[in-house]
Amino acid sequence: MKSQSRSTLIRSLSLHAVLIPLALVWLFPLWMMFVFATMPDYGIFSPQIELLPSTHFIENVSNLQADTDFIRALIISIGVAITYTVLSVLLTSMAGWALARYSFVGKSLVIAIILGTITLPYFVVVIPQFIMVAREFKMANTWIALIVPPLFNSLGVLFMRQAFSMMPVELFDAARVEGVKEWQIFLRIALPLARPTMAALAIILFLASWNNYLWPLLINSRPGMMTAPVALGTLIGLTKVSWGGIMAGAVLLTAPILVIFILLQRHFIAGIAAGAVK
Amino acid sequence: MQLRNRAAYGFLAPYLLIFAAFWIWPIISSFMMSFQNTRINPWVFSPGANWGRLFTDPAFYNALKNTMIILVIQVPVMITLATVMAVLLNSPLLKARGLFRFAFFAPVVVGEVAYAAVFRLMFNLDFGIINKLLNSVGIASISWFSDASAAMALLIIAVTWRWAGYNTIIILAGLQSIPGDVYEAATLDRVSKLRQFIYITLPLLKPIILFCVVLSIIGSMQLFTEPMLITNRGGPGGGTETLGLFLYRQGFTSLNFGYASAIAYTMAALAILISLLNLWVGRDAK
Repeated sequence: MKSQSRSTLIRSLSLHAVLIPLALVWLFPLWMMFVFATMPDYGIFSPQIELLPSTHFIENVSNLQADTDFIRALIISIGVAITYTVLSVLLTSMAGWALARYSFVGKSLVIAIILGTITLPYFVVVIPQFIMVAREFKMANTWIALIVPPLFNSLGVLFMRQAFSMMPVELFDAARVEGVKEWQIFLRIALPLARPTMAALAIILFLASWNNYLWPLLINSRPGMMTAPVALGTLIGLTKVSWGGIMAGAVLLTAPILVIFILLQRHFIAGIAAGAVK
Repeated sequence: MQLRNRAAYGFLAPYLLIFAAFWIWPIISSFMMSFQNTRINPWVFSPGANWGRLFTDPAFYNALKNTMIILVIQVPVMITLATVMAVLLNSPLLKARGLFRFAFFAPVVVGEVAYAAVFRLMFNLDFGIINKLLNSVGIASISWFSDASAAMALLIIAVTWRWAGYNTIIILAGLQSIPGDVYEAATLDRVSKLRQFIYITLPLLKPIILFCVVLSIIGSMQLFTEPMLITNRGGPGGGTETLGLFLYRQGFTSLNFGYASAIAYTMAALAILISLLNLWVGRDAK
C-alpha cells in the first residue's frame, strides 16, 4: 500500500514536471502580447530582455488611433459579429430543426451536400463570392457584404440537428394534437429546449466572425469600413508604424474574447468538441 | 402528415437560399472559370490558359512544395503534441486542471492577425525576445525572416501554437468517452500504463485522431494569414509562399480569377484525395 502511494506521488510529480514547462511555453506569446502592449516603442526595440509590463498602454492606444481609425474598426467588428451571430444561429437552428424533425423529398441529398462541403477548401468559393458581391452587386464596403456571404456553415446545422433529434417526440406531438402551428412548436417548445446548444454555437460563430480576416480583407478594404483585424493587418509590415500601438490593438482584439472564453469555457469547449461527434 | 412535412421547406428555405447563392453557385462558377481566360474581356473558354500554365509555372511548384513541407512536418508534430496534452490533461492526478486547460486552449480564441503581430515581434532578428533568450544560453541569433528554412520553421511553430489546443479539445472529448472500466480490468491484469495507452487508448482514439488529421491537413493546406502577415507576404523571396498566398496574389492582386480558380480546384483535388485516404485508413475503425 505504501509503495503504491509512493509510485502515485512519483507519477504525479513527473506529470507536473512535463506539463508546467509546456504550459509556460504555451502562455508565453499571450503574456508577451500584454507586455508589448504596455511598452513604449523604444522599450520594445531595446537590447535588454523585458519580460514585465510597463505603463504605456493608453499612450499606445492613442498611437494606434493615430495610425488607423481603430475605434471605428472595433465598432464595425462588434456590430458585424453580433448581427452575424444572431442571424446565423437563427438560420442554422431553423435548418437543423427541419432536418431533424421532418421527412421530405430531397432530405438525404441536402444532408449529403452539406456534409460534402466540410472538407471543401474555402478558396473554391471565395473567388466567385468576391466577383458576385463586389462586381455584380457592387456591394463592396458595406455591412451586408461583411455579414451575409459567410452565413452558411455546415457543422452548425449538424450540431443543431443533433440537439433537436434528441428531444422526445411526444412533446411536439402533444402540441400538434392541441392544434399548435408548426412554427409555434419550433419557437415556443423546441428553441427554448435547445438553449445550451444554441449558446455553444453562438460562441463559436461569434468567435469566427470576430477573428475573420480573409473575407473582410477582400471585400471591405476601404478605410472607414474595415473590421478591426483588417485595420490592424494593414499596419503590420509598414515601416513607420508604432509597434506598441499594434500590440495594444492586438490586446483590444484578444482581451474581450479571452474574458468570454474564461466565463463560458464549458459551452465553448462543447461547441468545438461537437465537431468530432457526428 | 404530408401537409406537416411541407413546413420543413419553410424552415429550410433561408438557409438553402444562402447555401445556393454563396456556396453551390460559386463551386460551379469557379470550376467554369478555371477553364476560361479571364485576362481578356469578355472571358473566353480556353482550358490551356490556366491549367496549361499551372503545370508549367515554377511559382506554383514553389508554393506547392512549401505547402507540402509545412503539412508533412506541422500536422504530425501538432497531432502528437495534442494527443500528449489531452492524455496529460485527462490524468486524475492533475492539480489546477483549469489553469492548464486555459494555457493550452486560450490560443484557439486568439485571432490570426493578433498572434501574427506578436510572433513577428518575438522572432525579430535584433530585438526579438526569442533571439535574446537564445543568445543568453550561448546560441547565435537566427534570422527568422531572411533565412527561408528558419522562416518555414517559424510558420510551423506559429501554426502549431495556435491550433494544438483546438485538437486537444477534440481528442480530450474522445478520451473522456472511453469507459473507465476498460482500464480497471487492464490494471487488475497488471497491464502497465504505457501498454494500456498503446493497446487500449490509441486504437479507441483512432477515428478521432484521423478526424483531427484530416481537418488539420485541410486547414494547413489553405494557410494564408500566417505567411501573409508573419513572414511578410511569403518572404524571403517566396521562401514561405503557400498555395493560399499564391492564390491570393493571382486572384486578388493580379485579378486573374481564372488562374486563381485553377489553383483553388487543385487544392480541392488534394482535399478530396486526403479525405479518400482517410476513409481507406479508417476503413476497419467501425
